[in-house]
Amino acid sequence: MTFLSYLISGISLGSVYAIIALGYTMVYGIAKMLNFAHGDVIMVGAYISFCTTSYLGLSPLVSVLLAIVVCTVLGIVIERLAYKPLRQAPALAVLITAIGVSYFLQNAALLIWGSSSKTFSSVVGDWSIKLFNDQLTITGVTIVTVLACVVIMVALTLFTTKTKLGTAMRAVSEDKGAAQLMGISVNSTISLTFAIGSGLAAIAGVLLCSAYPMLMPTTGSMPGIKAFTAAVFGGIGSIPGAMIGGILLGIIEIFAKAYISTQLSDAVVFAVLIVVLLVKPDGLLGKRVSEKV
Amino acid sequence: MMKKALSLFLAAAMCAGMLAGCGGGADTNEATNGDSGESTAAAFKIGGTGPLTGDAAIYGNAVKNGAQLAVDEINAEGGVQFELKMEDDENDPEKAVSAYNALKDWGVQLSLSSVTSKPAEATATENFADRIFALTPSASSTAVTEGKDNVFQMCFADPNQGTASAEYIADNQLGTKIAVIYKNDDVYSSGIYEKFKAEAETKGLNIVSTTTFTSSSATDFSVQLGEAKAAGADLLFLPIYYQPASLILQQAKSMGYAPKFFGVDGMDGILTLEGFDTSLAEGVMLLTPFNADAEDEKTQSFVTKYKEQFGDVPNQFAADAYDCVYAYKAAIEASGATPDMSAEELCDLMIQTFPTLTFDGLTGEGVTWDSTGAVSKSPKGMVIQNGAYVGM
Amino acid sequence: MKQSKNLLAGKRDTLISFGIVIVAFIVVQIMIMTGNISSSLKGQLVPICAYIVMAVSLNLTVGILGELSLGHAGFMSVGAFAGIVATTSLAETIPAAPLRLAIAMVIGAVCAAIAGVIVGVPVLRLKGDYLAIVTLAFGEIIKNIVGVLYIGRDSSGLHFSLIEQKFELAEGGKMIINGPMGVSGVTKISSFTAGFVLILITLFIILNLVHSRTGRAIMSVRDNKIAAESIGISVTRYKLLAFVISAAFAGMAGTLYAMNFSTVTAAKFDFNTSILILVFVVLGGLGNIWGSIIAAALLTVLPELLRAVNDYRMLIYAILLIVMMIFNNSGVKERLMEKRAARRAAKQVSKEGL
Repeated sequence: MTFLSYLISGISLGSVYAIIALGYTMVYGIAKMLNFAHGDVIMVGAYISFCTTSYLGLSPLVSVLLAIVVCTVLGIVIERLAYKPLRQAPALAVLITAIGVSYFLQNAALLIWGSSSKTFSSVVGDWSIKLFNDQLTITGVTIVTVLACVVIMVALTLFTTKTKLGTAMRAVSEDKGAAQLMGISVNSTISLTFAIGSGLAAIAGVLLCSAYPMLMPTTGSMPGIKAFTAAVFGGIGSIPGAMIGGILLGIIEIFAKAYISTQLSDAVVFAVLIVVLLVKPDGLLGKRVSEKV
Repeated sequence: MMKKALSLFLAAAMCAGMLAGCGGGADTNEATNGDSGESTAAAFKIGGTGPLTGDAAIYGNAVKNGAQLAVDEINAEGGVQFELKMEDDENDPEKAVSAYNALKDWGVQLSLSSVTSKPAEATATENFADRIFALTPSASSTAVTEGKDNVFQMCFADPNQGTASAEYIADNQLGTKIAVIYKNDDVYSSGIYEKFKAEAETKGLNIVSTTTFTSSSATDFSVQLGEAKAAGADLLFLPIYYQPASLILQQAKSMGYAPKFFGVDGMDGILTLEGFDTSLAEGVMLLTPFNADAEDEKTQSFVTKYKEQFGDVPNQFAADAYDCVYAYKAAIEASGATPDMSAEELCDLMIQTFPTLTFDGLTGEGVTWDSTGAVSKSPKGMVIQNGAYVGM
Repeated sequence: MKQSKNLLAGKRDTLISFGIVIVAFIVVQIMIMTGNISSSLKGQLVPICAYIVMAVSLNLTVGILGELSLGHAGFMSVGAFAGIVATTSLAETIPAAPLRLAIAMVIGAVCAAIAGVIVGVPVLRLKGDYLAIVTLAFGEIIKNIVGVLYIGRDSSGLHFSLIEQKFELAEGGKMIINGPMGVSGVTKISSFTAGFVLILITLFIILNLVHSRTGRAIMSVRDNKIAAESIGISVTRYKLLAFVISAAFAGMAGTLYAMNFSTVTAAKFDFNTSILILVFVVLGGLGNIWGSIIAAALLTVLPELLRAVNDYRMLIYAILLIVMMIFNNSGVKERLMEKRAARRAAKQVSKEGL
């Protein structure tokens, strides 16, 4: 029974990583850049939702929608100002710029919302399912997060494979030059990717803070790194991979704490990650890219 | 080819020159400030470092605000005048030393050391070498004051808290099986835990579960709580700050685990956490020197003013900082120090004066210091009832 | 002809790198002697030296070898703590501080190199972002392990334990590394001169390596792995070589850094520090050694110079970072470079005409 309850904790932690990782992998898959500012967009989303519910008294659903809108706009603006000028630059230059954006968002949040942390009230409400004579509890947030993950994963997969815009995205991801020649606007396609990624970040932020209701300007950075790890774990660029990677990472983290040592849990988690990557060097569901001379 | 190299040399030299210019500028500033200081309103320059940005920003900003409030009050009274400067150290010893040096360039005379323990250890060494007196509001590790005659603390040291907590639990028989969750990449938390463990052994307390977390895993506590619950712990000792504690309380409730919770001064602030459901903290016990809900006039006026000016309810960091400035005022008045004295002269005076002081502040009545720099004030046992602290 | 040009270019880089460091050292020494230096800058000299060595050594991995490493601070951590244990243990045997520091640096370098081998052997089989994430993972593992490490010393020698302090020290013994509480009360023995000498040694070895046969082999691995393999270059060997040398220098920088502060914790050498070093390297230019030197010095001093703007300090730092990156890769810079190249070409032509 304890095993089951730890498994559930793992899934609930993992589903939060997964939902962040989906945004990461989406942007990486198309724009081929590691957007280290993704975690901080999450934080902004959570703050927007927090402010609109606590100060303006709006309903949770409206606040989530507002957060999505704000983050989408923010994502487009960041992309235009900071990443677009670097379209031709090496990938590492964009990575460093993304780190600059991450510092910027954190410090701007510090100036706007102050350094005191806030307790986020769950947008999902405070309900849970109890099983086996109350020995097992599954919180509402976990259920909603897992569902949201699945819905987003399916929607993104359908979007990229079945729609015209999605096909354009995949074309851009395969070969920017060729896509341009086919009449696809590379710039607007990449902007659209960022818009979607940032919108997802808002949802992730709200769900992250609903599950672990502590909100401060650095809230997004650690889950951001973990989600990045999860995305790579699952095979970066692969949408189902991000979800599986996230959930597995959460489970490994909880099991490492439960069955090995809380003192060494960080080391154990990362050691497992390394072993998996050594066995499967392209992540769990990553595509094997053959090298050409 | 050579030209490019040459131009780069020049550029490098220019950069260095610019820096020297800055340095020189600071020096001359200091000199002019000193001069004008003598002729016009003479103020003591107080400076401290603290995390004003980053993860721990809440503590640094609380200290900054608390100290500023005290300085404003004292300056408005006339008499002793202060000028305050807090520099950001991002909770990093390296940045703290840089911040300390920036304050030195500014001409700091009395130091507030650093807000958090590790940075304070680094700056205290500099304080000692430079003979600048330091009174830290909140850096509670013993390594801060150890071996340094001119570094004093306003908060009680970590070992005291650990020992006091174990004694309190044993003497009042609060629990028979005790579980501990502490943060093992944090000096404050692990320092308290070590002493708590030692004292618990001598007092015959039964610690049944000890688990940890780090800043990279400070969200999910289901395993730690699960172990405590499985071990049948009826008291959970939390030598941690209130943000993770609030998550622990919430998660314990959702898994239906309700032991007694016992915290230390880092737990203070949990009731004023914005958006926090205070019913979760019902029955939580903690040792703290400060209580924002206290009825006495001093605390009331401090809390009201703080709220007016900064919009938050002050926590113990702000109160300790406020007390630091008033303690300096008391020491200056007792020793007859004047602002035209050098930092070194002031340092000697303060070393002599502080152990003779008896100070009444927000965080304790009849506070005294011994010559090692440790403060003697007793932590108050509090229990949270109906969303407010009640003395135990 | 082409080869001699490359050799010349190599020489030029070497000259510039050494020139910058030596001139900067002399200028700072003059400033110190004439008392014209602010305490703020003086206090940063040793960290700047450490960061320069970190940046130059990471440039070997990222710029020359072409593999992204996000865990360089982990090696710095190994060097820092090994160095602390060494200096504390040798305090009585070798009273002369500079010699003790030098020996500690060598021990720090050896330990970091060993860590480099342990990390490098499995990691270097991976590619791109997967390699990056594994270096990140190793950095976190090192941080976590050092964070629960207890090392004490008494009359009977050194004692080690993990997670809990499982040993009792005899009378007069002293804890060197106290688990999560890290190291306290280190005697500071690093100096600016030591940092300067370390930078010179680093530059000498790394620049020589880069411009040697081995260096060209390493770069060929970066540029085209399969082609390199086909002409008989052992990819794994050269990759590992570059990686381990890079780790060893990070270890030395770690020792230098740690011995400049009275306290160190494992948490300092985290992901953020690794990223910071990477920022130096990328901003200075991949493979550009003197660029790393300038970027490391500049970006370490910059936040201090921004203290005047108080609350907006880190915000402005972030904006400057973005602007610098964009400028570095923008058309403006390219045009400037083109102009300069054109000028140079014109000169060349006129020279040849003569």
